[in-house]
Amino acid sequence: MNFQLTKEQEFVRKMVREFAETEVEPIAAEIDKEHRFPVETVEKMAKYGLLGVPFPTEYGGAGGDHISYAITVEELSRKCASTGVICSAHTSLCCWPIFAWGTEEQKRKYLPDLLAGKTLGAFGLTEPNAGTDASGQQTRAEDKGDHWLLNGAKVFITNGGYADVFVVMAMTDKSKGNHGISSFIVEKGDEGFSIGKTEDKMGICASSTTELIFQNCKIPKDRLLGEVGQGFKVAMSTLDGGRIGIASQALGIAQGALDVTLDYMKARKQFGKSLSKFQALQFTVAELATEIEAARLLIYKAADMKDKHLAYGPAAAMAKLFAAETAMHVTTKCVQLHGGYGYTKDYPVERMMRDAKITEIYEGTSEVQKMVIAASVIGK
Amino acid sequence: MAFKVLVCAKQVPNTNEIKINPETGTLIRDGVESILNHDDANALEEALALKDKYDDVEVIVVSMGPPQAKDMLLECLAKGADEAILLSDRAVGGSDTWATSNAVTAAIKHYGEFDMIFAGRQAIDGDTAQVGPQIAEKLDLPQVTYVQKFEISEDRKTVTVQRQLEDGYEVIEVPVPCMLTAIKELNTPRYMSIGGIFDAKNKPLHVWSAADVAVDLNTVGLKASPTNVFRSFTPKPKEPGVKIEGDSETDLAKNLLIKLKGKHVI
Repeated sequence: MNFQLTKEQEFVRKMVREFAETEVEPIAAEIDKEHRFPVETVEKMAKYGLLGVPFPTEYGGAGGDHISYAITVEELSRKCASTGVICSAHTSLCCWPIFAWGTEEQKRKYLPDLLAGKTLGAFGLTEPNAGTDASGQQTRAEDKGDHWLLNGAKVFITNGGYADVFVVMAMTDKSKGNHGISSFIVEKGDEGFSIGKTEDKMGICASSTTELIFQNCKIPKDRLLGEVGQGFKVAMSTLDGGRIGIASQALGIAQGALDVTLDYMKARKQFGKSLSKFQALQFTVAELATEIEAARLLIYKAADMKDKHLAYGPAAAMAKLFAAETAMHVTTKCVQLHGGYGYTKDYPVERMMRDAKITEIYEGTSEVQKMVIAASVIGK
Repeated sequence: MAFKVLVCAKQVPNTNEIKINPETGTLIRDGVESILNHDDANALEEALALKDKYDDVEVIVVSMGPPQAKDMLLECLAKGADEAILLSDRAVGGSDTWATSNAVTAAIKHYGEFDMIFAGRQAIDGDTAQVGPQIAEKLDLPQVTYVQKFEISEDRKTVTVQRQLEDGYEVIEVPVPCMLTAIKELNTPRYMSIGGIFDAKNKPLHVWSAADVAVDLNTVGLKASPTNVFRSFTPKPKEPGVKIEGDSETDLAKNLLIKLKGKHVI
């Protein structure tokens, strides 16, 4: 057991922190207010390799590991959770399933551009009637001999409005339930594929969350990802990794909120002394800092297990459950520590509290994480 | 034949509140994060920009310092430099600028042929701005300091630079090889890239001793240094000034008079 980051991981933190402080933080409040997807930041992230961290160089990745990836999402989210999830959804939910399940041809076709950030990725699983119960897929894919025909709709798709490549789940044989789901690669511009409504959200307002609509969407046969009927497996294994990304986003939100709160508490004076001098508030800070550190250790452990090809699903679920609830708790407390100012948009903790909530919901609600954890602890 | 650009870089403590050992008069570096000196980051950036432009450019970073300075050199490699050299030896410890330039000059001569040298104007810990120019003298190279703009001719035989002055700038053409010292106005340094970070360990990072570079030991180190720090101290911060407010010049003058009279100055 070794709790020290490697030199490379330390450098990744240093680099992404500097990047986030210089490129992300100055526009975080503005893009939240304007609900504007930060195209310019995504281009810069691409240039510095932030969109291909945990993939081998042979496909154009940075050659990094999953702890470095977790650190990347954490440090971005420390300043802007919307920017963090753009990176996380792209990496974990689109690049990863293509890397893990794709044929050599599919990998060579899609990964170099995705990992270089020339194209952006998204993932389509959730439907109006298939949320936590992902098996209730109503989007259908029919084998038409020389092509697949997709019909249906997806909702709440992160990066939807700006992505070029989508990993999409669809039912190929309803009679087989979960085993009747298959996964496909859909490209922006495919015939019959369009982007529907953009959601107006409580938080992560600068990320793009949209519907995907398939109306007789015709895609070539070689877009099947994995085997026919393997889609549920593709989706679940993808979400296992995605949870490390979202847990890291939650961790970054919590750490960012505590950082700005400490600055505020040192500067703000009441009853003749700084807030940071009151023991009751110091104890609150101590508890928040401890929760954050515990979340960090759970996340890095899950990421390390993924790098070592161990069964990391339950560890990732624990990390996501704990980090998401920590983010919600810490940001709520940080607003409280700011008092009235914390409730205004003049201070970032208000945004961070709104952003934190989604981490308890997407890529598996806290309740789903508990199902996964319970199944691994108690047995199925 | 590669076009070799050397960059002189120094690892410095990252702090504005530098603490000084009262007995030795030298900086206390323990517990202070070390970084690539700011102006040196601009020097490196200009070399890397040249590498972006021409496929055959190789960037070699040269430094002198304790073994920990390898981290700073790894950072330079992660930004895109091809090779790094650290001259690290107790014999060169405590060198002043004259002794430092002797040691670095020896390292550069030991390295061999090159086409250009970029250095930072000065280091944030010493603020002397002497080492770059001294190396240029000792290598018998033309030099331009305070470079704020850089262009290289198509045949890469000359460079044209803007040299910053207090009230303007000079435009100077210099033949290659030459030594240029960079200021922050020259460019905006890039970040490390994630791919660069993981690739850095595959690039050569040489650690050389004084013996390796065959430097005359009588010209390096604390004892050989003609300048010694007599005393270092942190000046007490001055009281903040008072701004005189007023809507017109007459008002301003009146308010100033009131202040001065109030303090019995006049």
